[in-house]
Amino acid sequence: MKDTYQAIVKKHTPKEDTFHNAFITFITGGLMGVIGEFLIEIYQKYMNVPYKEATTCMLITLIFISCLFTSLGFFDKWVNFCKCGLIIPITGFAHATQSAALEYKKEGLITGIGANMLKLSGAVIIYGIIGSFIFSLLRALVGIV
Amino acid sequence: MIYLNAFIFCGIICTIGQIILDNTNFTPGHITVIFAVIGTFLDVFNIYDKFILWAGGGALVPITSFGHTLTHGAIQGYNEGGILGLFNGTLNLTSAGISAAIIFSFFFSLIFKSRD
Repeated sequence: MKDTYQAIVKKHTPKEDTFHNAFITFITGGLMGVIGEFLIEIYQKYMNVPYKEATTCMLITLIFISCLFTSLGFFDKWVNFCKCGLIIPITGFAHATQSAALEYKKEGLITGIGANMLKLSGAVIIYGIIGSFIFSLLRALVGIV
Repeated sequence: MIYLNAFIFCGIICTIGQIILDNTNFTPGHITVIFAVIGTFLDVFNIYDKFILWAGGGALVPITSFGHTLTHGAIQGYNEGGILGLFNGTLNLTSAGISAAIIFSFFFSLIFKSRD
């Protein structure tokens, strides 16, 4: 019985076109990288911002754009189309934060937005901090600083 | 030329993520966490700095750069203030991204409504 059920599930699961997905992701992800580099050059050339600050400005601009578009409602469709091309760049982080905040808005300011805003993107922050702590401690102990 | 490098680097990182997503049953959350941790590891031997020199913005946009800046800040803090600096400096360089995401999404969620 169980085997036949598994077989039926396998038959009706929609088949993902791996090659097609990978191609679209390569194009859109590459375009995100080009946009990032383009923004850095604009900040450097036309606003005379030093390189380090220009990279920060670029990240903040991308986060602002993806938060705004998620609130306006059409960023979800883009993510469905581009998949990892928009999830892996910093836009995915902002998208996760913004959509969680919008979803839990009706539960109130503290218990809704405040408690759930970092529900999805909190994992990235937590494991990033733990990983960087372990690796930088290792590097400090081995003494290759 | 750096635009081409940025396109290739960011595209390849995203494609690797998409291939992992298609062939396993990980969610996008798993993928972003894996890539952030890979980024923290790549900074240990200053490998990621070379990627940034080569690809510019293309290496700064993916989430791996988030992990890279975390480790970078921690090591910078360690050089300045020992073990205590490790705790002080971890979020030093990344705070702009985290704060921006929290601030913008708070104010936008006050203004806009969820649309489902």
